[in-house]
Amino acid sequence: MNIVVCVKYVPDTQAERTFNASDNTTDRVNVDGLLSELDEYAVEEALKIVEAGEGVVTVVTVGPAQASDALKKALQMGADKAVHVIDDAIHGSDALATSLVLAKAIEKVGMPDLVLTGMSSTDGIMGVVPTMLAERLGLPAVTFASDLTVGADSVTARRDGDAASQTIEAALPALVSVTDQINEPRYPSFKGIMAAKKKPVETWGLADLGLSADEVGLDAAWTKVTAFEARPPRQQGTIVKDEGDGGGKLASFLAERKFI
Amino acid sequence: MADPTTQTPLELFGTEALIDAEDRAIRDSVRAMLATQVRPHLAEWFDSGQVPARELSLELGRLGLLGMHLEGYGCAGTSATAYGLACLELEAADSGIRSLVSVQGSLAMFAIHRWGSEEHKRQWLPRMATGEAIGCFGLTEPDFGSNPAGMRTYAARVGSRDGADWVLSGTKMWITNGSIADVAVVWAATDDGIRGFLVPTDTPGFSAPAIKGKLSLRASVTSELVLDEVRLPASAMLPLARGLSGPLSCLNEARFGIIFGALGAARDCLEVTLDYVAHRQIFDKPLSAYQLTQAKLADMTLELGKGMLLALHLGRLKDAGTLRPEQVSLGKLNNVRESLAIARECRTLLGANGITVDYPVLRHANNLESVLTYEGTSEVHQLVIGQALTGQPAFR
Repeated sequence: MNIVVCVKYVPDTQAERTFNASDNTTDRVNVDGLLSELDEYAVEEALKIVEAGEGVVTVVTVGPAQASDALKKALQMGADKAVHVIDDAIHGSDALATSLVLAKAIEKVGMPDLVLTGMSSTDGIMGVVPTMLAERLGLPAVTFASDLTVGADSVTARRDGDAASQTIEAALPALVSVTDQINEPRYPSFKGIMAAKKKPVETWGLADLGLSADEVGLDAAWTKVTAFEARPPRQQGTIVKDEGDGGGKLASFLAERKFI
Repeated sequence: MADPTTQTPLELFGTEALIDAEDRAIRDSVRAMLATQVRPHLAEWFDSGQVPARELSLELGRLGLLGMHLEGYGCAGTSATAYGLACLELEAADSGIRSLVSVQGSLAMFAIHRWGSEEHKRQWLPRMATGEAIGCFGLTEPDFGSNPAGMRTYAARVGSRDGADWVLSGTKMWITNGSIADVAVVWAATDDGIRGFLVPTDTPGFSAPAIKGKLSLRASVTSELVLDEVRLPASAMLPLARGLSGPLSCLNEARFGIIFGALGAARDCLEVTLDYVAHRQIFDKPLSAYQLTQAKLADMTLELGKGMLLALHLGRLKDAGTLRPEQVSLGKLNNVRESLAIARECRTLLGANGITVDYPVLRHANNLESVLTYEGTSEVHQLVIGQALTGQPAFR
């Protein structure tokens, strides 16, 4: 089974994340970045599927030069090969354009049996690219899978909601986005880290995908960030001094905020 | 609440930039594994003096830690610097865990890899790399530590023909992994000088009682090896090692890992202490706001950073194949001595809290007391350096 996993290089959630002052886009260059944690679940799921049978796992990313770090991590975990779509014109692309570039890249890789993605990025947190991508590729979209079983020509996924868990079946080829409940991503073994050095990474530009600069990027985006401001520092918490009435004060504090 | 602009000691030194991406990835994997598989249990293991070493070995092997810097036979073949950085993370958890890995990889597996026959390597190394088989290394004896040449363990040839069996008798002491090992690399005097033997631990006459009552390295198995007329085939001898240079080459490997490892213990102490002093209030302000505290923190940071720079430098020399044994002595002497001093100083900042297993500082300090004298005591390393400087051997 051939699987393509779409991954994203995102600013480390532990780092001081910021935006570019010139165009309000996410700063991906001056902030430490890594493979989006939510995408690690998709990589892990792909590896488990292939390890239980056979096949090739290809990871695809769209991003600046630093995004090769995300691919490298996926290769270290065990993916077989990687594709990095990099083009200055892509800077500032919205979800629609990202899904367009990913779709073209996946078509160029060769239509796989299964496309896996994370449930969302940890920076944009929109979670819409998987469905857009499925639409562009003409694939059934199974989103937010917390369990996945792959058969010969179909997949069965469990989708946990607040009220019920749905079991969904889709014919292959299909696109499945996975949640952080689906597995426990491995950390790369030393052999995986050593082997990753020798794995193929293709680098494609827009022209390689038959796309032109005016189809992507900030100017083509349907949505734009018009302004941003840093979150104000957290206010110091209220300290209740117990003068024999501490319990009452705590209770009224909680009641005022409708916690009790 | 610590100011978000504060830096960790090693961030202050900027040593991260000196580590290449692959070595960092290896280091990060070790850190991630330890965070879930080891750290949550350490206080209990140390307190009880019981460590599930066999299960732990499988976990360490799965990641690729065992014999990681050896080539082939199921080993990952990483750089020496990566091995050092892995030791640093392991010892930031506990010296006992690092000792398990050091003894398996640098002493037992290295001895087989460097001095063993092709058959030895095929028989043992792949299973030792996965952690299914555990090795130990017997050089030190109850009465012979810094002077191993005086060893009493003796291997006698049964008859004089080629291919005749050996019979080993003697006692080895302070042997990490001894009681849980599947194979012991035992160094013994013969009529032909000191030779190494691979002793399967189920061989009749071999026993390895655990040493009890340790106040240091409690999360580690330490044993005595008793060889009571252990009969071995001729093929049990490591064919390529002749004389003390065999075991000493292995010790040199393990010492290299300690150069980095000890710093891990120191880093852990310092990180815990920085957090503690930020939150501990004394006379209505944090302990971190006092000048005497800051003087201690600054001095400890200097020694940690200097030790890290030395370790990384020696790592590069080892990767280039030019590291000399006396340079290993520089690193082992300095970094263990300074790490022990840091652990003790951190204890002073934690006050009484520092003496329990709730904080790692006295556990690290107690562990480092062993690290200070094993794999060559500080004094022996001083003498190695002294000889390099003066040309005068002053060991005896």
